[in-house]
Parts: sequence; C-alpha cells; structure tokens
Amino acid sequence: MSSIADYALPNPVNQNRAGNIGRAVDRYEGPLKVTGTAPYAYEVATPSPPAYGVLVGAEIGFGDVTAVDDVAARAAPGVILVWHPLNPPPNQGEKGAKTYVQSQAAADPVFATPKVAYFGQPVALVVADTLENATAAAQLVRISYKEGDAEYEFDALKAEPARGDQESRIGDFEAAFEAAPVKVDELWTTPIQNHCQMEPCATTAWWEDDTVVVHASIQMIKQPQHLLAETLQIDRGKVHLLSRYIGGGFGGKGSVYEDFALAALAARDLQRPVKIALTRQQMFNATVHRPATVQRVRLGATPDGRLTALALEAATHCNRGEPFIERAATFARALYAAPHRLTGHRLHLLDIAVASAMRAPGEAVGMLSLEGAMDELAEKLGLDPIELRIRNEPDKHPETGQAFSVRQLIECMQDGAARFGWDKRNPKPGQTRDGRWMVGVGMATAIRGNFLLPAKASLRAEADGTIRLRQGMTDIGTGSYTILAQIAAETMGVPLEKVIVEIGDSGFAPAPGSGGQFGAASAGSGALAGGMALRAKLAEMAVNDPGSPLYGSAKEAVDFRDGLIAVENRSETIGALVARLAPQGIEAEGASAPAPDARDISSHSYGAHFAEVGVDTVTGEVRLRRMLGAFACGRILNAKTAKSQITGGMIWGVGTALTETNRIDERYGSLMNQDLGNYLAPVHADIANLDAYFLPEVDDKANPLGIKGVGEAGICGAGAALANAIYNAIGVRVRDYPFTPDRVLAAMGAL
Amino acid sequence: MDMPVRGETRARFAITVNGERREVDVDLRTTLLDLLREHLGLFGTKKGCDHGQCGACTVLVGGKRINSCLSLAVMHEGDEVTTIEGVGQVGNLHPLQVAFLDRDAFQCGYCTPGQICSTLGMLEEVRRGEPSQATLDLAAAVIGLSDEEIRERMSGNICRCSAYPQILEAIRDIAGPVA
Repeated sequence: MSSIADYALPNPVNQNRAGNIGRAVDRYEGPLKVTGTAPYAYEVATPSPPAYGVLVGAEIGFGDVTAVDDVAARAAPGVILVWHPLNPPPNQGEKGAKTYVQSQAAADPVFATPKVAYFGQPVALVVADTLENATAAAQLVRISYKEGDAEYEFDALKAEPARGDQESRIGDFEAAFEAAPVKVDELWTTPIQNHCQMEPCATTAWWEDDTVVVHASIQMIKQPQHLLAETLQIDRGKVHLLSRYIGGGFGGKGSVYEDFALAALAARDLQRPVKIALTRQQMFNATVHRPATVQRVRLGATPDGRLTALALEAATHCNRGEPFIERAATFARALYAAPHRLTGHRLHLLDIAVASAMRAPGEAVGMLSLEGAMDELAEKLGLDPIELRIRNEPDKHPETGQAFSVRQLIECMQDGAARFGWDKRNPKPGQTRDGRWMVGVGMATAIRGNFLLPAKASLRAEADGTIRLRQGMTDIGTGSYTILAQIAAETMGVPLEKVIVEIGDSGFAPAPGSGGQFGAASAGSGALAGGMALRAKLAEMAVNDPGSPLYGSAKEAVDFRDGLIAVENRSETIGALVARLAPQGIEAEGASAPAPDARDISSHSYGAHFAEVGVDTVTGEVRLRRMLGAFACGRILNAKTAKSQITGGMIWGVGTALTETNRIDERYGSLMNQDLGNYLAPVHADIANLDAYFLPEVDDKANPLGIKGVGEAGICGAGAALANAIYNAIGVRVRDYPFTPDRVLAAMGAL
Repeated sequence: MDMPVRGETRARFAITVNGERREVDVDLRTTLLDLLREHLGLFGTKKGCDHGQCGACTVLVGGKRINSCLSLAVMHEGDEVTTIEGVGQVGNLHPLQVAFLDRDAFQCGYCTPGQICSTLGMLEEVRRGEPSQATLDLAAAVIGLSDEEIRERMSGNICRCSAYPQILEAIRDIAGPVA
C-alpha cells in the first residue's frame, strides 16, 4: 500500500459482509488439541525409528572446557554418538559466517569452542537408541573445566549506557523536577522471570537425500531456516523446517537452542532420525529469561496534577556475549504528557544465562514502576488515579509529535471503572477489613506498541471449492490458525468450513512468525493480500471464459460471496470455475508491507486494569479477589481467542505481582529456581474472578485489517494494578516485585 | 559413577491402554509416560516437566488420575490406563472436550490433555467424597463442587497460557452448577 490512507479503503475484512470477522469462532486446530492428536515437534512420525539425544550442561558459570572423559559414556549401552567441544560435530560453518549474502542469519556452530559463557550451557550431546540409555549415559560424561574470572551479580550501579540505545531527553528534566511543587522519586525492582512454556524446546530431524527435514518448537521460521542452512553449510532450500504445533512460546522460542542444529547434525552423521528435547531444568538455564531491572521513576507535577517532569531510568543485565536490552523505559515516551522528560536504559554485562524477549519486553516490567509511581503521585495530590491520568493525556506522541492512530486510553479507564465499581474504592488506604484480611483496590493502565511487518501468503482454490491458505506463519497458542481461516473465508466469500490453513512450514510464503504481538496484523494482512491476488486471478479466468456465466463482464465488477464468483445475478461456484479451467487448483501469492508513511503514526494497544486483593494480616499472603481489564485494540478478529490472549496476559501480570521470581546463585552463576516447583507460575487456585472485555474500535491507520495486537497488551500494567491494590489494602508501598509474604509482612512492620 | 547392572534390566508384561490389551517389553527405567509416548505412540499425554510438577502427563489408572511421569511403566502390569486418546476422538468428542473447545479453555494445547484427564479424575474424587484443602466441612456426606473446590483440585495442572477462567467454565459446563 502506498499510504496508510489506503488501509481504510474498503476491503473484504473491513467490510465483513459475511460476518466471519469478529465472530467467536472455535479454534481451528482445537479438535486436534483437545484429543491430544496435534503432533508437537518431539512427537512427529519419523520415517524410521529415531535415536534419542540428551544434552549435558556446563557445571561452571564461566571458563573453558579443558578435558572431556567420554569413555564410560561411549561404552554405555545403546550409545551411538557423543559430541562435545573436544569432539565437535563435523562440517559446520564458522561462527558468524554467511555463505549466502542474503541469509537472514549466520552460521552458529555447536560445540565449536571450549568457552563456557553461562552455567548450564550445553557442552555435550549423547545420542543413544533409547531415551533411557541416552539419559543414563549423559550422566557418565566427565568434563573438566578451567574457571575464569566471572561477574554474576547484577548491580545497577555498575550498569553502563547500552550500545545501540539512545537516552531520550526532552526539555530540561533536572531543572523542571527540581522546581516541581509535588514530586515522587522512588526505586523499583523487578526480578528475573522465566517463560515456562509448557512444552520444553524440542527438535526432531531426519534427512531425505540431501534435504534435512526439521520439526522444531519455534516461533519464527525464516531466520532459523537460514541459520541452520549456514550452520550445516547447505543451500537454504535444502532445509525444510516445520513448526506446526508449538506448546507455548512467549518470546522464549524466538531463539533456537542447541537441540535445533544438533538434531540435524546428528541425523546427518548417523543417517537416521534424531530427536532432542531440553529437560525442564535445562529450560531455565540453557534458554533465555527476562532480566531483572532496577528502575528509578521521578515524577514532578503542579498542585493541580499536571506532570511537568517525567523520568524513567532502567538498569538491567544480559550475558556479556549476547547483548540484549530490556527496554523498560521506552513505553514511557508515549504514555503521558509532560514538557520535561528523561528516559533511558543502562546495561550490566554479566556471565549468566542469556537474557532475551519475554511477553511484552519493555512494557511488561517498565509499567510496573511508572504505574505505581502514578498511584503515589495521585495520592500526594489528593486526586483519583484515573483523574490524574486523564489530566496528563497527550493529544499527540509527547516526544516524537506523531499523531496517534486510535487511542482510547481514557475510555478504557472510565468504562472499566464503571463496570468494576471503582467508585466504591476508599481512597484512604488501610481502611477495609474482612476478618483477618485487609482488602484493597487498585488500577493501572496498559499500553503496548503495535507493529506491522512484511508478510506474504499464498491462497489456492481447489476444484472442490476448498480455499487453501499456506503461509510460513506460526501459532504458539495465539490463534493464528483460526484468525487466518476467518480472514481467508471472508476475503474469498466462502464458508469457514471451506478453508484449510497450513502454516509453520519453510516451504510456504514467508511471514514474520509470532512475537511482539505483531503476528495477527502482519500475517493477517499478508493473507488478505494473498486472497485479493487469488480473487484477481479467478475473476480474470471467469470473465475470459466463454463457458462461464461471467463471460464478457468487466473483471472489476466480479464479486465473491456465498462460495460464488458473481457479477450481479450471474454466478457460478468457485469450485465449478476451477474444476473447469484449472482442475489441479489455482494459486496466487500476495504480499503486504507497512505503508511508507506509517512512520508518521504512533500506534498502540491500550487498556486499563482494575484489581481487588486481600492481604492476610497474619501470613502476609496476597490473594487476588477479582480483576477486570478493559481494552481497546482495534477491530477484534475473533472475540473468543482475543479475549483468551488478553486474560492470559493479565494472569501473567498476577504472577508477576505475587509469585514469579528467579535469582542468580552468585557462587555459580546459575539460576536458583530450575523447575516449576520453585519457579511459581500462577495455578488455578491463584486466579479468581478474572475477566476482560474490548471496547468497540477500528484502527484504520494501523493496517488494512484495522486490528492491533492483543497477545502482549494484557500483561502490560497488570502487575501494577495489584501493586496499587496492595497499597490501598495495607497503606504501605512495596516496590520490589513480586510481593511475597516475607516482603509484605516486613512492609506491614510485622517482621 | 558407573551404573551397576544386576539381573534383569527389562520386563515383559501386559497393560490395558484405552481398553486395548498391550504386550510390552520395556527397560525397567521407562516411565509410564515414556511407555505411552515412545513405545505405544500415544503422544497425547504430554511431557512438560518429567517431575510431577506440571500435570501435563496426567492419565487415569483404574479411573484415578496420576502423573504418569512419576510412575515406572513396570509398576503398571495388568493396570487399566486411560489416556486422552481414550477419552474421545475427533468426530467422537467427550462432552468435556466439547466444553474445552466451546469455552476456549486452552491456547497452545500442550497442557490440555492433562487438564482434561485430570478433570475426569477430579470429578470422581469429589463423587467419592474425598475432601480437598478447599473443603469447608470435612464431615459432609456430599462435597459441593464450588469454584474454590475446582480451582484447588485442578492446581496440579499448570496452564502457562493461563486459560484458567475458561477451564473453570468448561468444567462447570459438564459438572453442573454448584451442588
């Protein structure tokens, strides 16, 4: 599209004549999932019995592998292969090398150096005939190390400006803050968090002649395909990568791990299928995590509640060799008006596991501090927290001056407040008792950037009238299958039952995959474009075919509805047309990309959270009593799956506020919590009376679908609503997440 | 450490899975979970943690729910095991599977077979009058299936996508209103 103005032009999705868009359609792949017949990466049928690989993790945090005694492991029953840095897999590309200049990823050879960069880094692979033999033999690999001088302890004071990250300054923050009559200046901390996808990372690989077939549990297709081709030193067309069913991603499967290349390498070496899964314990140290943050928030305001100065500075950490910035401050540039502003990030390079993206990187932790600070400021000013936010609502992006696309933040707060019963809140904290419980209510806003990435899709009409959509997209539980089916049905004017969706395959038209809540907008716009391309082909065929009732019509007059291709009252079924002229089926590919002037617009998903908590005065335990989220995220493609995405995100916010935390064992550089018994993700009993809804909205400047992301908006600010509710309950502000009983009791003076 | 090997390392026995009697020959170290997945090809039972902490591997043995990862296959000679494949099939769904679809009680789907098997076992436990942490009256002849009871009894099954509100609705759909 040449301009964002084109997004609003009539198209099948925004016209939605058959009503497929927005319907609460059941999940497309749901019947397979509820019957346990959707094959995840470790479960695909292999052409011959697979061998089983088990990874061995480094037992030091930093240093070198100096010797490996693999004699016992090699002699163990069933063992057929042992690889490690002193006996690495053969024929791998050199680290960082690209044979094909257009590759989107470089070679990343496994066990190519003896360096250990973090505790638990895979340093050996044992492959055996059975999982039991491989698991037992993996324990027999004896590895000697030379430990290096390492830095494991995160210290915000040692964090330095991050390369590639620019501090943002508007006006003169320091002077304005100094002069502000009302101020808040506090430090907040958030801990390391882990994705804890229910399906551990896994890869199954085998070779068919010179092509490697790889089934992996990954969020993106194209970059891993290129990485594997470069690592294996083969043409990328010889890597057939599939990721059809993925047991959760949340950002943690946006990277690939050692199982990925090793399964392909071992399968090549052994000439048989190989499958490798990480153990749950390995998922903690050997994949990625959300890093801890220390955030300083400074707010200066006039007595009537106008922000004059706003600063959010975040310090965070990452592995020395894998730069990553948790951009906790970026969202604050777009949220509230204030003439004098300062936001930026500092980074402490450590020798611990790799930090990377986890659901709403940046906002998910940054909002935990700023939304708490706004609550503090509101109390100092004697203003309702919603009123304070309304008084600081910007009419354009406060830093870039971009126009907002559609922004219903105030509407989310006001409508949500009415539904929740916010007016019953006692603004004076510590006033509400319920037996041994102190009860409080809090709110916070949600903002999360909305993105559109280039995507292609191919749509094919079959002779039986079936429409087959193929795209290198993934569904990590988000609902991609379902919304793509809805878009294809609406675009082609066929019933939903006539659509087949095939995704997660490198052989299909490329799409960006799942991440950054850009999936539906990007892949969906690509699907719409693919559908329009197929419509054009079919129309062309019909009007030029003497056998068609549409013969001789202008192709611009051709319509698609009810499974028919039609001009006014003349029509035939798509199936009849295809059966007559292209019995093998007819396919068309379409492409979508952001309009050049999209950069002039600031587009976000918005919401408001309302939470009621009880604080046990005896144990310090905090329980969620009820929670409501009001969201405005553009047009909703599927009322059912979108709501699940949002409430899922909100529950992540509950976990963030109450239980989820990890720490580095500073003796070894390891993560202390290495299983689901110690890393406490929310369970059924933690979640009571939690609901969310969407305000009617169409964002016709965001993309041709008018939609915005829902996958990450739900977590943004959710934990802060609980933080503010806890303050309202007990009258003491706790600023170190999560609010575990020890911290809450200490805050109440009971410890 | 050398692995001491003494005597038999494998066992042959019969086990009934989803109503079908199966003769199996397995490594003594094979868990029930791995027997189902890697030997019998029943991948509907999921491996989420392999340590009894997530519930994804929940199956019914003699009608009672267990974590199949915490149980060696050889301990189940002669047992009757029901996995998700035996609960219902595409085209022949169990009402609970229909309810999960209808309520969108899952997203990625990886915990789902465990949630469904766990629910079936849980409802039987309630019918048998087995109390839980959430049971207010331990002497009651009939335990009312409050929302708190369901949440407490289902807390061994983690759903990281966090479909908990919808799972509760789905269970309520087949269990009926609070007794």
